[in-house]
Amino acid sequence: MRKLDNLYRQIIMDHYKNPRNKGIPDDDRYRKEHIRNPSCGDDVTIATLVEEGTVKDIRQDGTGCSICCASASVLSELLEGKTVADALRVSENYVDMIMGKPFDEAIAFEDALAFEGVKDFPARLKCATIAWKAFDATVKDGENDE
Amino acid sequence: MDLSRLRDDFPLLKRKHIRYFDTAATSLTPRPVVARMKDYYENLSANVHRGVYTLSHEATEQYEAARATIARFINAFPEECVFTRGASGALNMVALGLAEKIAEGDEIVVSELEHHSNFLPWLHLAKKRRAKLVFVPLTDEGRITTENFASVLTERTKIVALTHVSNVLGYTTPVEEITRLAREKEAYVVIDAAQSVPHIPVDVKRIGCDFLVFSSHKALGPTGLGVLYGKKERLEEMDPIEYGGDMVDLAEKDHATWQDPPIKFETGTPPIAEVLGFAEAVRYMERIGRAEIKRHGENLRAHTMEKLRAMEGVTIHNESTEGSLISFNIDGVHPHDAVTILDSEGFALRAGHHCAQPLMAWLSVPATLRASFYIYNTISECDGLVEAVGRARDYFLSP
Repeated sequence: MRKLDNLYRQIIMDHYKNPRNKGIPDDDRYRKEHIRNPSCGDDVTIATLVEEGTVKDIRQDGTGCSICCASASVLSELLEGKTVADALRVSENYVDMIMGKPFDEAIAFEDALAFEGVKDFPARLKCATIAWKAFDATVKDGENDE
Repeated sequence: MDLSRLRDDFPLLKRKHIRYFDTAATSLTPRPVVARMKDYYENLSANVHRGVYTLSHEATEQYEAARATIARFINAFPEECVFTRGASGALNMVALGLAEKIAEGDEIVVSELEHHSNFLPWLHLAKKRRAKLVFVPLTDEGRITTENFASVLTERTKIVALTHVSNVLGYTTPVEEITRLAREKEAYVVIDAAQSVPHIPVDVKRIGCDFLVFSSHKALGPTGLGVLYGKKERLEEMDPIEYGGDMVDLAEKDHATWQDPPIKFETGTPPIAEVLGFAEAVRYMERIGRAEIKRHGENLRAHTMEKLRAMEGVTIHNESTEGSLISFNIDGVHPHDAVTILDSEGFALRAGHHCAQPLMAWLSVPATLRASFYIYNTISECDGLVEAVGRARDYFLSP
């Protein structure tokens, strides 16, 4: 049960039940990425507004399990205000943490640290990373995207 | 027959805390089946249909005897049973084999109950041939009925591909009546029997279908093997799907002829050990008796259904099912979250779309939990499952 409680920390359940920054704005300045996990139906959209190399706003929406929805909510708070480079670095280290790999422990993960317990549940790794992959896609590849 | 004793035949059930409720995905493999395959590798191990030496001859005899055992199980002739890499492989073969009979504007009838394996090959074929994919309207419960089928049957219907027993809802399709109606229009009838063969008696001659497929690993056999039943004349008129060794009769530099079915469709070295193992699985099911298998699965389902129905916060998607599985959701809890809690207590059940995304859309849920019951499950396991579902619900929904 302790392992389970580690997975479903109060922070995660709070974000699941009270999602932050929910709803995708109808605003072309936002770059949007929609990812689905066909095996379970997790479905996440991240919309990011970048101005002068800084993440000004992140909005998220979707349906799925608690881990997936909460991680989208958490990242929308955590990465806002960071430079794109910093945000990507946090994202990369977050994914390493989830995968049980070494990561930069100096990073202030704040609420995202609550997801560390996911590494003990291999079947749930995708749930915890899908929103982050969507975020990465919204800020990578620059102008090439349509 | 005392089914509690046969649990000893399934060593996996001794693994600590494991309570296995995912037979609809794959069944556990009993010792005699594993022993049969081990015996082949240790004591025979020769290829079939080649070589005149003793070992090869024995392998061929055993392989063909296994085919006869498996054919008899569905009341087919051995030459009507082609071994494939699985039920999915078999359905793809039929779709490829029938492709040239399909013209623009022809209609292929499927349903939203289909497993992706009995849907995507037809979707692909329809697109390629500019044919029309037609869905049998489901009843409010999600059933295929003869009347609903008749409402979409037209002069243009060329193929009818339907599930015998739904892998999500457990409903049995009235395949005999549907086949009769479809044959009046000279449509080919393809039945996906992956979920029926392990649970209920299946008689291809009574159904009258042109093709019927099932897999070994859902019916106590090994993975990597399926069966394509085809009426003799259908297999004879169908071209080979793959070309190479074994399926060839005479090969010249500019010309070749083929073996008769079923070898015509079995190029390369077949999964010999698996075929022998599956025949053993068939004998195992015959020893228990198919009526008994059916009765036991239905009992467990009915018992569990009654308890789940009485629980608050649980939505059941197939209350009226006659099958051996229950699809349900814990209200407000995503199936993946629920199954993680259940898994932590050793309950193995499926959470997801069950390879039936059109049906998930029909049910308006992203995914469901599915508990499927088989000969090795017990009433006390089912009671344990219901209690665990309650704990999973409370874990997420307690304030």
